[in-house]
Amino acid sequence: MTIKEEQDNIIEEFSFFSDWDEKYEHIIQMGKDLPLIDPKYKTDENLIRGCQSRVWLHADYNNGKIYFTADSDAVITKGLVGMVVRVLSGQTPRDIANADIYFIDEIGLKSHLSITRSNGLLSMLKQMKMYGVAYQAKEI
Amino acid sequence: MTNSDTITDQVFDVESIRKDFPILQTKVYGKPLIYLDNAATTQKPLQVLQTLEKYYTEYNSNVHRGVHLLSQQATEAYEAARKKIAAFINAKHDHEVIFTKGTTNSINLVAYTYGRKFLKEGDEVLISAMEHHSNIVPWQIICEEKNAVLKVIPIDEAGELQMNEFDKLLTPKVKIVAVTYVSNSLGTVNPVREIIAKAHALNIPVLLDGAQAVQHMPLDVQELDVDFLAFSGHKMYGPTGIGILYGKEKWLNDMPPYEGGGDMISHVTFAKTTYNELPFKFEAGTPDISGAIALGSAVDYIQQAGIHAIQQWEEELIAYAYDKLAAIPSLRFIGDARHRAGAISFLIGNIHPFDTGEILDKQSIAVRTGHHCTQPLMELFHIPGTVRASFACYNTKAEVDELVRAIEKAKRMLE
Repeated sequence: MTIKEEQDNIIEEFSFFSDWDEKYEHIIQMGKDLPLIDPKYKTDENLIRGCQSRVWLHADYNNGKIYFTADSDAVITKGLVGMVVRVLSGQTPRDIANADIYFIDEIGLKSHLSITRSNGLLSMLKQMKMYGVAYQAKEI
Repeated sequence: MTNSDTITDQVFDVESIRKDFPILQTKVYGKPLIYLDNAATTQKPLQVLQTLEKYYTEYNSNVHRGVHLLSQQATEAYEAARKKIAAFINAKHDHEVIFTKGTTNSINLVAYTYGRKFLKEGDEVLISAMEHHSNIVPWQIICEEKNAVLKVIPIDEAGELQMNEFDKLLTPKVKIVAVTYVSNSLGTVNPVREIIAKAHALNIPVLLDGAQAVQHMPLDVQELDVDFLAFSGHKMYGPTGIGILYGKEKWLNDMPPYEGGGDMISHVTFAKTTYNELPFKFEAGTPDISGAIALGSAVDYIQQAGIHAIQQWEEELIAYAYDKLAAIPSLRFIGDARHRAGAISFLIGNIHPFDTGEILDKQSIAVRTGHHCTQPLMELFHIPGTVRASFACYNTKAEVDELVRAIEKAKRMLE
């Protein structure tokens, strides 16, 4: 599945919810589905600092694709991380580096990508794209 | 001092107070706003907003300079505001009240100027473990510059200062004690009278961070005998960008100027500049004129409602909130001081405060989450932060009930 298709799937899932609490329960659920980072990678080096909640991210490169694992100490952030990992994990470095991530805005969580929210999601997206750029460079 | 009869006679009508604050009619996510982030900044009453508008529409002009009528009117209003603020804290002289940008700016002013003049290598500055970053970092900077040492009064589990440790730390090496009157994160009211008396016994001046105090309780600088008091306009129903440094005349005269520029000079030549007298010596450049005048209106507003009546109402409200919150299973208070004002900090089970804050926000309740600019304090408690509900005179018991209901929902969703 392409990055675009996966995002469209998420947008469709969210279109079934009319109340904010159902939406949040779904986000929290996706945090539970997140492929968890191996505790040995839960280091300061892999820590993405947001102002409030913390996110750890690890990338594995295998057969031309990048696989992400992650975790967060806040469950809503973890759910958002879970969605982004679902979208980007298993994609090629080039596709990750060039990805246009629009689903967060579409499902009404745009504020999570703003500087005021400072929950690390924006920094995490940047970091994932950096992995894309870095592994792309290795391939050449 | 107001006698106790007038205190109990004063009727505090919260519903009529609420009508003065237009923003309280706002809806967020389609529901009425419940604003419990007052320790960060309070909302502004119409009286303050109208003062700002009147200034800019009727007599906007620079102060202390112009020969023309508008400048005279602006200067009179600006100086009248200073008088109101001096009366509000019962300063002996109006010129002991310096307009600044806010508490942070006030503390930096003292740290830099007092520190530059009086701190020497090996001297000590004594702060407490519950200080806001704004009462830590300015002292760290000047201590580093002067090779002085920053010492910290520890706190106990309840979030109260360990006064026996304070006694041990208070030696003649200490050149200034800088502590908060009320903790912004925990709501603890510190025993400042005892601190000031003990410091003065060794001729050590005391700076109080009053940012979380002046809006909640009567404060008399002469009765406290405090040397410096810093506070912000925007936390006491006034505008942002304006604050106060109160300082005893003798200290302010002894301290060198902070910033150089217009208004703070008496005479300038390229060889030598002589400085203006107090308070202008510390007010370089065009000040926040509208902010100062509007802060005067905020003080009028508080005086009209009655600071004793506000205190009484808020104490009742906080006691009510405390009891209601205490009944929520797995909720634990962070800081459990016997004497508190303004704020209640808590956590629910192992739920991250950021998650709780977000679910409360969705239910139209504004609280603060995080470390509240007191990272060393959060480290002491081994927590990433807290959820803080902080109150102002316009909050109601019905809002507390809504908060409790919203927390219970957050618990169901997040646990």
